[in-house]
Amino acid sequence: MLRKLLIGTALATSFAFSAHAADVKEVQMLHWWTSGGEAAALNVLKQDLAKEGYAWKDVPVAGGGGDAAMTALKAMVAAGNYPTASQMLGYTVLDYAQAGVMGDLTETAKKEGWDKSVPAALQKFSVYDGKWVAAPVNVHSVNWLWINKAVMDKIGGTEPKTFDEFVALLDKAKAAGVIPLALGGQNWQEATMFDSVVLSTGGPEFYKKAMNDLDDASLKSDTMKKSFDNLAKLVTYVDPNFSGRDWNLATAMVIKGDALVQVMGDWAKGEFHAANKTPGTDFLCYRFPGTDGSVIYNSDMFGMFNVPEDRKAAQIALATATLSKSFQSAFNVVKGSVPARTDVPDTDFDACGKKGIADLKKANEGGTLFGSLAQGYGAPPAVANAYKDVVSKFVHGQIKTSDEAVTELVKAIDDAK
Amino acid sequence: MRPRASIRSHLQDALPKIVLAPSFAITIVFVYGFILWTIYLSFTNSKTFPSYAITGARAYQRLWGWTFDTDPPSSWYTSITNMGIFGFLYILICLALGLFLAILLDQKIRGEGMLRPIYLYPMALSFIVTGVAWKWFLDPGLGLEQTLHQWGWSSFHFDWIKNKDFVIYTVVIAGVWQASGFIMAMFLAGLRGIDGEIMKAAQIDGATTFQLYRRIVIPLLRPIFLSAFIVLAHLAIKSYDLVVALTSGGPGGSAWLPSNFMYEYTFKRNEMAVGSASAVIMLMTIVAIIVPYLYSELREKPR
Repeated sequence: MLRKLLIGTALATSFAFSAHAADVKEVQMLHWWTSGGEAAALNVLKQDLAKEGYAWKDVPVAGGGGDAAMTALKAMVAAGNYPTASQMLGYTVLDYAQAGVMGDLTETAKKEGWDKSVPAALQKFSVYDGKWVAAPVNVHSVNWLWINKAVMDKIGGTEPKTFDEFVALLDKAKAAGVIPLALGGQNWQEATMFDSVVLSTGGPEFYKKAMNDLDDASLKSDTMKKSFDNLAKLVTYVDPNFSGRDWNLATAMVIKGDALVQVMGDWAKGEFHAANKTPGTDFLCYRFPGTDGSVIYNSDMFGMFNVPEDRKAAQIALATATLSKSFQSAFNVVKGSVPARTDVPDTDFDACGKKGIADLKKANEGGTLFGSLAQGYGAPPAVANAYKDVVSKFVHGQIKTSDEAVTELVKAIDDAK
Repeated sequence: MRPRASIRSHLQDALPKIVLAPSFAITIVFVYGFILWTIYLSFTNSKTFPSYAITGARAYQRLWGWTFDTDPPSSWYTSITNMGIFGFLYILICLALGLFLAILLDQKIRGEGMLRPIYLYPMALSFIVTGVAWKWFLDPGLGLEQTLHQWGWSSFHFDWIKNKDFVIYTVVIAGVWQASGFIMAMFLAGLRGIDGEIMKAAQIDGATTFQLYRRIVIPLLRPIFLSAFIVLAHLAIKSYDLVVALTSGGPGGSAWLPSNFMYEYTFKRNEMAVGSASAVIMLMTIVAIIVPYLYSELREKPR
């Protein structure tokens, strides 16, 4: 009996050791990029790592979607079982860094020159307390218009440069019997559109003060009221059936020509590509009128956890590969976003991608690269969600006037701070 | 041989306890343990992660404040009023419809064996499937309205699912569709259990059918009402997936129930203390309803 027990223990220990040995040459990655295009894009990274002898292991997340993944991550971290890295968004990285569970990539960052190549606005989220804790994968920008070119030609429209021109264009579409604006009535989509409206109405200075610094006076100002009025104006151009619609269905309306334009982040481009549409001939990408020169961004990051010493080599390999120019280019061409470093050549990108890269560079240099409040890069999640609540209630009529909206916005943000 | 037999009988005596012990332990830890844990968290200032220092009842103060924010409605106010509307209508309609269908099916009709599973089948579906199916059916651009327009009834208008004031009633419709068949089966079993002699005696005494049901059958079904009420009440209070699948929260969050509120605040907004406090309030509400009811029912039994 005793002998059996001993043998059992010995076997178990040896298993544990061999499992441990495998761990060291393995990258454990928690992410929710499972759809076709995203998975293909991630495959590039897997192959890069395989060349260096590191195996890739997905941490399974039941249910898909970012929320399920974040819940799984919380449980793993609470149990002390850190993945090598996890896909993370904005303030989540800082939350985990504050809890002291993130690793330190500063040495690698110095060697690879990330300080200079990654936009400063992004470093706010990837660097905590002077230490690099995350590797940004891409930069999405949300102040885009996606327009069906055939419809645009039919109604004889041209690129709108100001908000009033935009309204005139929507009027033309309405007169031609097309749904002018494709919108999904879910709070994050409405708030994402409102980000652009605020930037367009108040300009870069105002956007920064109101949406990133959460300055009370700006949030209460007449400019903010004007922004809400402009949003109300836009909402008059959506079809009556918009409430609750998913974003990709709204994009499909533009692709099919049922609607003229969607205001959405550049992940919408992936839908156009999947439908075999080319920019310039089938669809057009313009900056939201009145926001040219500024970029409202959000970014996917790989947060790097404080793994045991023997797993650090794999982590460094992952981080280096993630921010390598070749991966940044290959991944973002597929994903629709632009590289998270400004020195990646734009040769492989389509027209919209090239414009995105140029805009990002310009915005980074000009200090007009701002975090999207709706996408959780302007303020912590509690505030961002309070903001989404107010915008959505305004769009759907629970909040009736822009005066009331501004009062509610200030109240909700103060409450959530 | 004797000691062996005694071990065996010991084992036999202990077997039920041994078999029950794991589930008992699991229930203690994962239900009651975590209830206490949640109550504890609601008095801290936990945000993304649990924090262990008690900081007072600020989470409850915020919820209390939101309870009176009616114009524009706060998310918490919307959640609790929706819970009232949904809980009341869902339980009432399910009970009424279930009883009605059961009485009809109990009339010794032909094909009962086929009809019963048809009514019962929706219960076999998950809330997600029910939600998605009804979402398509009620969507003005896809389902009922669109179909009737195509058939020529172009003035037909039914957009409740897109309307902030009516969206909660669509949740009631889908919920009732799913659960009323099951309630019917419960009542049917109850009806079958009633002694035929009593019915005959009543009929001989000259009772009309209505009187028969009103005075004899329905009072005899009282234990079934209790079971059905408890089943429905807990389904109503834990309805989360139905709201998400059917309405994804409704226009401007107008279809939220407290469970949606709790999940949103705990996991999406990183306000774990507020989420925990709302969960505690939900629990207290259930306790306040169920405990007196159970108490009165159980106390009467010995009679």
